[in-house]
Amino acid sequence: MLQFTDKGIYCPAGDFYIDPWLPVERAVITHAHSDHARWGSRKYLCQEYSVPLLKLRLGADLQVQGLPYGESVYFNSVQVSFHPAGHMIGSAQVRIALAGEVWVVSGDYKVEHDGLSTPFEPVTCHTFITESTFGLPIYRWQPQTTVFAGIQQWIQDNQAAGKASVLSAYSLGKAQRLLYNLRHVTGRFLVHGAIAITEQVVRDAGWPLPAVERITPQTPKEAFANAVIICPPSAVGSSWMRRFTPYSLGVCSGWMQVRGNMRRRNADAGFVLSDHADWEGLLQAVKATGAQRVYVTHGFSSVFARYLTEQGGLDAAEIKTAFGDEEEDTGNEPDTNHTVAGNGA
Amino acid sequence: MTDFVALVRIISNSTKTTEKLEALSHYFAHADERDKPWVLALFTGRRPKRTVNAAQLKNWCIQLTGLAPWLFEECYHTVGDLAETIALLLPAPSIQADPRPLHYWLDLLSQLEKADEAVKQQFVLQAWDQMDSAEKFVFNKLITGGFRIGVSQRMMVNALSKTYTIPAPTISHLISGEWNPRTITLETLLHAEEGQAPVSRPYPFFLAYPLETAPEALGQPSEWQAEWKWDGIRGQLIKRAGQLFVWSRGEELLTEKFPEFAPLASALPDGTVIDGEILTWQNDAPLPFAALQTRIGRKNVTKKQLQEAPVVLLSYDLLEWQGQDLRQQPLTLRRAALVTLVETLSLPILRLSPLIKFNDWDQLTAYREDARNNGSEGLMLKRAGSTYQVGRKRGDWWKWKIAPFQIDAVMIYAQKGHGRRSNLYTDYTFAVKDGDKLVPFAKAYSGLTDKEINEVDRWVKTHAVEKFGPVRTVKAEQVFEIAFEGIAASNRHKSGIALRFPRILRWRKDKPVDEINTLDDLKQLLAQYRS
Repeated sequence: MLQFTDKGIYCPAGDFYIDPWLPVERAVITHAHSDHARWGSRKYLCQEYSVPLLKLRLGADLQVQGLPYGESVYFNSVQVSFHPAGHMIGSAQVRIALAGEVWVVSGDYKVEHDGLSTPFEPVTCHTFITESTFGLPIYRWQPQTTVFAGIQQWIQDNQAAGKASVLSAYSLGKAQRLLYNLRHVTGRFLVHGAIAITEQVVRDAGWPLPAVERITPQTPKEAFANAVIICPPSAVGSSWMRRFTPYSLGVCSGWMQVRGNMRRRNADAGFVLSDHADWEGLLQAVKATGAQRVYVTHGFSSVFARYLTEQGGLDAAEIKTAFGDEEEDTGNEPDTNHTVAGNGA
Repeated sequence: MTDFVALVRIISNSTKTTEKLEALSHYFAHADERDKPWVLALFTGRRPKRTVNAAQLKNWCIQLTGLAPWLFEECYHTVGDLAETIALLLPAPSIQADPRPLHYWLDLLSQLEKADEAVKQQFVLQAWDQMDSAEKFVFNKLITGGFRIGVSQRMMVNALSKTYTIPAPTISHLISGEWNPRTITLETLLHAEEGQAPVSRPYPFFLAYPLETAPEALGQPSEWQAEWKWDGIRGQLIKRAGQLFVWSRGEELLTEKFPEFAPLASALPDGTVIDGEILTWQNDAPLPFAALQTRIGRKNVTKKQLQEAPVVLLSYDLLEWQGQDLRQQPLTLRRAALVTLVETLSLPILRLSPLIKFNDWDQLTAYREDARNNGSEGLMLKRAGSTYQVGRKRGDWWKWKIAPFQIDAVMIYAQKGHGRRSNLYTDYTFAVKDGDKLVPFAKAYSGLTDKEINEVDRWVKTHAVEKFGPVRTVKAEQVFEIAFEGIAASNRHKSGIALRFPRILRWRKDKPVDEINTLDDLKQLLAQYRS
């Protein structure tokens, strides 16, 4: 049903690619992150909430069609539909069915409801193609209420110490999750340009996000005192940050689970908050599909495939893809111009 | 242990010295008196005797979690720290217990020394089952040892100095040497009356900074004393109250490891302290460092080792004579007294580090170029009038090393690193050409910037061709310039050579693999500088 080619995951019967990394005629997109939604294809199909985000990332004149969750389109006789992946707004698993055989491509997903993205729904299939960003048992997430309580406490401690609270979070996805879940913690968010632009697009699409103030060269220094500030990871360590002094830097990422990663970021606080499934989440998702065959893409793919084979009795194999270049996926600092470019920051 | 766990968290997260210092001095001002000496011991490398080993911890964790051993290993290589890996894998606690102070756990751990494995296991499992993840991490660290979380000796000294308002050099001296955190309090340690100090107590070492300018910047040559810079173990030899003590710079007591020095117990008068370099020495010249390595890290020295790798002390300085602390005297006076002492004794195990006579800087520069032929790694420059100071200080003592050897080599294996390099491929193996083959000859971990490390990591992740446990074989494409200080023959390495301090000098993206150095190039270096 699907082939793994050097352009991406290909469906010959329907003649379309899923999240191709090279330009193709028809691209079916799981979500708007840049390692999954790449530039240059002729026609794009994605879940309807992703449409404005895709246009933001790839250009306003993009030829893109949106489809509600659960509705189908046909390419030749191949049925294609999108199902919630819970990773970010509009993120979807792609279900492909032909003559009674069903495959599902997960894209990126998390099983916990983040309050904003449509919650993950398992989709029964014969073959499941799953991500494995956090596919090791050391990655176990706390419920997000616990994590946000920790962030709230940290903000209060900073305010008591007369410091601004700077949270680093990826501009598309994580930043909106923070804004939504911290909307009662403060009435005022100051944000980096990259995040302001995304926020505007998401709010225009009708999502219930709190208002933000974009930081400009004209923003007076007094505005930063005790403030809650959100910036993309690429801004961390740049001279742009100096204006917030005194401040404390909190990094929100699944990689903060391991101390070394946190020390590498020079963060004052690390919050283990991820838009990817943890180990238990991955196992639970795989099991819920009922799939006998599992292909594992980006992350700890060889480990997870071996585990599913040995412990789960599944037919599992590792697949090399070009996914996993986004900040949260690699655990590394992205190159500065990689994240900010395209966001007009 | 709650306050200690909090201290560890602050220190290991903070990148700012002032913040760490603040946290430490706050801790010492408020912590349980019985915990304080333990914390000082843990953070200055005085690890309590290990009663449970790392392999046991690992096995118990595997049993408890039911993880496959290979999966545990994968986790460990990603986290890069065993104590932390275990803390992350263990289930949440099921026992509600009162929090216990740090010394409570350390005392119980020490009592396990002769206990059966089953007793140890029961104790550890029960401890785990009442701790959250952060506490488990610290508890595991107490067992595996090596609290390397970014606290330097100097920082500890400064924190204590701040809390107890005692000058830092005095603190440095008071906390050196042997003391037992179980029986001593910080009050006793830091307020010892003159004469009550333990006879074994060494002086803090005076260390040199590297000279990065031309020597002309130092002024008149006549104001300076030059010596070879020896590559051995910096040591302090103490004779007091009829006993001999040999300390390493890392404040490890080495007396038992070097029985050659035993005759000095009777030969030296009481109240003598000599600073020098412990070196393996034969026929008036040092042996390669590899020979000294056969003497380190072994409990019992064999006759064969004593014959093949005999050590001497090359004396640099006299710090105490007839019970008087000479450190505030000028170097010339200390040196004169040292010369008299060593020449009077005239023992083969106690030698002088010879002075290099020179009239101008050009002459000295020429000597430096010749350092390797003298079995040394450069020169030491000491101001003639200098006092013996505490720690690494600029101004009076400089080390002026020769430029390192350089070899262009290709990366062939990569492995993930530890600590702040967790989950990044940072540990590389390099090869040189030998005809059509590639021969691995060095491992190096340091020398790249964080940005370069990220780039290499990404490259390794996409160019790995084979996997052996945690090791990735990569396409032999990336060329690096490797620097090292010394080279010696070795039958333990495939290449037949062992390098001293190999590290990455720069990434040569411009260089094709067929232009790297060859095994013959290395063999020529070896032939040229064989001691």
